[in-house]
Amino acid sequence: MSGLVLKDIVKSFGNFTAVDTANLAVPHGKFVCLLGPSGCGKTTLLRMIAGLEDPTSGAIMLDDQDITPVPTHKRNLGMVFQSLALFPHLTVGDNIAYPLRIRGASRDEQKKRSDELLKLIHLPGFADRPVSKLSGGQRQRVAIARALALSPRLFLLDEPLSALDAKLREAMQVELRQLQQRLGITTFVVTHDQREAMTMADLVVVMGQGKILQAAPPIEIYRKPADAFVADFIGMTNLLDAETDRAGRVSVLGQAIPDLVMPAGFTKAAVSIRPEDVHLGPVGGDSIGGTVTFVRDLGGTIETFVEAGGKTIIAVATPRERPNVVAGQQVGITLPADACVVLKS
Amino acid sequence: MKREAPKSIADYSPLFFPGLMLIVFFVIPFSTMIAVSFFLRDPSGFYTPDFVFDNYARFLSVFFGRVLAFSLMLAVMVAICCVAIAFPFTFLLTKRPRKVQTIWLVCLLSVLSLSEVIIGFAWSTLFTRTAGITNLFVFLGLMKEPVALTPSFWAVLTGMVYQALPYTILVLYPALVRLDPQLLEAARTLGASPPRAFFNVVVPALRNTIVATLIMVFVFALGSYLLPQILGRPSHWTLSVLITDQAIYQSNMPFAAAMAVFLVLMSLALVGLTLLVGRKENAL
Repeated sequence: MSGLVLKDIVKSFGNFTAVDTANLAVPHGKFVCLLGPSGCGKTTLLRMIAGLEDPTSGAIMLDDQDITPVPTHKRNLGMVFQSLALFPHLTVGDNIAYPLRIRGASRDEQKKRSDELLKLIHLPGFADRPVSKLSGGQRQRVAIARALALSPRLFLLDEPLSALDAKLREAMQVELRQLQQRLGITTFVVTHDQREAMTMADLVVVMGQGKILQAAPPIEIYRKPADAFVADFIGMTNLLDAETDRAGRVSVLGQAIPDLVMPAGFTKAAVSIRPEDVHLGPVGGDSIGGTVTFVRDLGGTIETFVEAGGKTIIAVATPRERPNVVAGQQVGITLPADACVVLKS
Repeated sequence: MKREAPKSIADYSPLFFPGLMLIVFFVIPFSTMIAVSFFLRDPSGFYTPDFVFDNYARFLSVFFGRVLAFSLMLAVMVAICCVAIAFPFTFLLTKRPRKVQTIWLVCLLSVLSLSEVIIGFAWSTLFTRTAGITNLFVFLGLMKEPVALTPSFWAVLTGMVYQALPYTILVLYPALVRLDPQLLEAARTLGASPPRAFFNVVVPALRNTIVATLIMVFVFALGSYLLPQILGRPSHWTLSVLITDQAIYQSNMPFAAAMAVFLVLMSLALVGLTLLVGRKENAL
């Protein structure tokens, strides 16, 4: 298959397995986010794609060619590091032109390409400035331009936006995504920020404890998480125990949920439901009875915390559909069956 | 935070102690030496206060000029050899596990506890014909028969490099440990082979450290006067040897002082020149 394929990649450091049998196929031109908590092996996986670490076993294929034994400097890739790793002794222009200089391009060619890239990252005329005189966001862009200088086959970024403040980070996410779409380059970004992944990715790869838990488009990850870990890691969710009674009906917190079907062979499972899918209404009927414990009104959204059967369920609503409840009030909770995802517990 | 300008004498009090140390241990001895260098020598006794240029005039001869040039050349060569050996060594050392690094550093520190005399005689034994390393080379079949390697210029150089190397490594170590390893990795992802990345990125990024280390080893080597005598011929004696000779054995303090002042001025000029060249290159 054309594109990047990871085959049974394992990486161990002594007794510790950082990456455990990772399999992944990414077609050309996709934007992939490796997402997971710290220490889940996502950076190690990215470093193996870059050739900065050798896998203990397994193979990395690029366009059906095994690149596992190819050293980093012959892989033709661009990488942006967490510390950015701009060369402090070179100017902005020389930093960007460094990969061309390595390959013996003439001074004119170097100048032409670095000017071109500076225009691309909206910093024209910055070529002669020293790197130390740039702001955080500008350094970020220079690091991206340097990585793209040779139009690489793979574009790798290791938590590239973590050093920026929240506002700039959001703007850079959009900018990075637009840049990637314009260039059509296969891109891997390591991040622990699920918002970042949702903003940029075509494909989100959720990792936990060295394993790839789910690889799917962002909205699918959000709507149909593969397991409780993914459901909990991506966005806010309510994880509730579900049980099947003798009649075959599925019930959550003692209340039967009509139309909710448990997969064959499951007697116990967990149900994940997103806070925005939880409906609050009057007590009675088919609803689960609960007590409101706290209301957080954030202006744009209203989060209501309801305690029911020893569990706290979070419901999120927009001001338009304001539930109008106060702490201490008894409410009925309705869980729409089509919004519930049944997970093996 | 804006700093206020000091108003009263009490505000300057933090400067008193370092100022006192500087005066007692530097300004007074150095001024005394400068003063003595203009005194008149009294062959029967010590010296009499005067203001004559005889001592400096005597220094301006081909002989002393040659010794001065040799001293400076030797110190420069020691500095270059030390940095050329220590820089790649320290770089590779920082890539090893922490435990290995500690063992190496402790061993290097223990070398510092050896006195110059012991180092000198150890090397002179190692360089002899009867018991030296050439016997080992003969045993290994690399040489036909053992030869004496001392006294010679190379023996002096080896001894001095050996003595200065631990200092060089200890000065370079903190800078190399702090160097962001991602700089090298970045160079590699951009297409530079590891050796190329080392010369393209590590060396220029630490240029100021390298220059500072060169100057330190240079100054250190300039003061050496035992090793040239133990391992070299009289033609390999440095100015420091002659200063010691004049001051202690010839009791000619004014002339020794004049030579010392001249040596200080020459090395200051050389250090200044190095910094000036460094600044010019930085500006480019």
